[in-house]
Amino acid sequence: MTTPFTQRQPLGMVVGGSVERGLQVRLEPEIPLESIKVGAFVVVQGTQLTYFGVVTDVSLEAVDPRYRSSPPDVSNPFIAQVVTGAGVYGSLQVTPMLALAVAGQDQPQPAKSVPAPFSRVSTASERDVQLVFGKEDARHFVIGTPLDMETEVCLDMEKLVQRSSGIFGKSGTGKTFLTRLLLIGILQSGAATNLVFDMHSEYGWAGYREDGASVKGLKQLFPSQVAVFTLDEASSRRRGLSPDFVVNIGFDEIEPEDIQALRETLNLSDVAADAAHSLERHFSQRHWLQKFLDVTGDDFSTLADTINVNESALSTLQRRLQRLQRLDFIVEKAPAKGTVVQLLDYLDRGYHVVLEFGRYGDDLTAYILLANLLTRRIHQRYRERKEAAIGDRSQEPKPLVITIEEAHKFLNPQVASQTIFGAIAREMRKYNVTLLVIDQRPGAIDTEVMSQVGTKITCLLDDERDVEAVLAGVSGRRELRNVLARLESQQQALVFGHAVPMPVVVRTREYGSEASYRRLAAPLILSQSKDMPAPAHPELAEGARRQRDVDALFGDPPG
Amino acid sequence: MTTTTPDRIAEVIEASTTRLVAQCYRLYEAPPLGALVRAGPHEDGVYGVLTGIATQGLDPGRKSIARGVKADTEEQVYDEHPQLARLLRTTLDVVTVGHTNSGSIFQHLPPYPPRIHAFLYTCPPEEVQAFTASFDFLPLLLAVPSPATDEAVASLLRTAAPAHPDAPAFLLAAGRELARLLGGNPPRLNTLLRRIAP
Repeated sequence: MTTPFTQRQPLGMVVGGSVERGLQVRLEPEIPLESIKVGAFVVVQGTQLTYFGVVTDVSLEAVDPRYRSSPPDVSNPFIAQVVTGAGVYGSLQVTPMLALAVAGQDQPQPAKSVPAPFSRVSTASERDVQLVFGKEDARHFVIGTPLDMETEVCLDMEKLVQRSSGIFGKSGTGKTFLTRLLLIGILQSGAATNLVFDMHSEYGWAGYREDGASVKGLKQLFPSQVAVFTLDEASSRRRGLSPDFVVNIGFDEIEPEDIQALRETLNLSDVAADAAHSLERHFSQRHWLQKFLDVTGDDFSTLADTINVNESALSTLQRRLQRLQRLDFIVEKAPAKGTVVQLLDYLDRGYHVVLEFGRYGDDLTAYILLANLLTRRIHQRYRERKEAAIGDRSQEPKPLVITIEEAHKFLNPQVASQTIFGAIAREMRKYNVTLLVIDQRPGAIDTEVMSQVGTKITCLLDDERDVEAVLAGVSGRRELRNVLARLESQQQALVFGHAVPMPVVVRTREYGSEASYRRLAAPLILSQSKDMPAPAHPELAEGARRQRDVDALFGDPPG
Repeated sequence: MTTTTPDRIAEVIEASTTRLVAQCYRLYEAPPLGALVRAGPHEDGVYGVLTGIATQGLDPGRKSIARGVKADTEEQVYDEHPQLARLLRTTLDVVTVGHTNSGSIFQHLPPYPPRIHAFLYTCPPEEVQAFTASFDFLPLLLAVPSPATDEAVASLLRTAAPAHPDAPAFLLAAGRELARLLGGNPPRLNTLLRRIAP
């Protein structure tokens, strides 16, 4: 309904239900049934508790089965009006998610009871939404609005970065836009530093909407806080971007573990992939790959014999690894102050780094190799630092969120246990590194990894396996399935998990207009409400620095 | 000799808790089917709804006979036989639906039925409005097993509607109450609703 939401609008009363199955709500006859959508946010006023819930199903009920066999004369508008709501009525299935004591001022807690029979049910008011999802401030970032409401739903960015999170959805449902928003939220809240493996070069500099219009990237909105690294300098410059660093990787930087991660992409057998370790031991540690690729003729058989690996498996490995030589960004020897050093340096200085792949965007081998290689180095550094800082929180590294696309390529059950991303998803939270995984096939991601994803933001999914994977382990799964399957194909997402107190369907916040940029890039409201703790890393919440960016972009604010 | 007020139309001649029979003062001058009537004064009366009207001879043993074979009009028959107005009477079947007590209206049965010879009055629109402000009386009426019941209900609601400030809303609310009460009998409800549809 498009009624104003300053106040709750009555919907009906609770007539049955259970904690497990949710509540059955009989709709008031005056409420137009068609206006109630699955996923709507409602409030149930019990006697001692106020419950917040989600409409998970809407059904038609008749007081007597004979209404089905001999329907009333609805050609007469009066009869139709009378019978609708009285003889035949709408029924809502509401899953209560949170409960708040009527008397107390506490934060809402997960609902563990059902309201008294005939409790009144109403639409949530703006105040209710704010009470549950918080108000935009240094810690809370607006992600969108609930269905049919203008009030804003916020994500708790502090909590978001504590665990890995995921953005899922079919192709074209708005994952990229959601990711842009989330990256900005992380940046603006100062909750963590971003490292984005930007496969299709859409986050750092300009990207494109489906209708072809161009949208701004992070670097354009926050020029002083974002660094763009590129693999393909020519592509970056063509798009009007002067990259902060051009990435080159030396053959001597590639380790056997990196080859393991490429097993699927390069179609390597177990034997072939494991041979990389033997090769590393055989040749010197740093130059094993280059030396292996140079081996030819008789030397090859000798090598196979020496390291005791089947010759044909070894030759397959060599052939497949030769593909790497075609990647221009891989050079023979790593530069002295190479990519890893530069990257860590930028991250240490508080920059958010976007790594553009340019023309290598469609080359999964390049993407997986680089993402793995760099992440492993960073992982190692964070681990060392975190261990060194034990007992002293001020010395801990600032949380880092690594964004990867096509996540199932890194996190499928075959490789998840071997790639660094699997390890991060499972345990790196302890070392202040978490993932933001973006994927259209969550069903293909290892279930162990999925179960560790704290906050899930999911657009429309229709494959059974994907829906199942996303909702695994969530309470009220069956009901949420309904909601998920009925999302609109664009600009709508179901958000649930660690960063929100309860699942909610949102219409994604606008991104792409001048007004939206102005608001996204504006300094955050630093006056926090009293009950909110201060952000963990206030050093980035520098209003002046932000304002400078905004002024540089847009000139003086109007009026 | 006192004269009757225009709204005083009949007198109770049989009374029980749920039913009254009243005799009209004038032959054929009965209110319409479904009319709201009150037996007794404003402050302490019994409300009923007219569910039947009958006219017959005073003496049950003497049947009326046809008299108009040579008359041109019905009026001529009555004019030529003035005794008819004295030998015939019109009686009203009334279903008790509420009462007043010290001026307050209740839509449920009175503790005692009215006395025989209690005066029966038709109710003016403002009284009809006051009484039909609640639909608690409908179950009493709908429970009467007579083909005329539903017609009386429909007629009452139709005539009561204009007395309310928002007639369509009144009918809708009445319809919904009927739908609730007759939920188990959709065909009956359907017929009734067709009768009250504006």
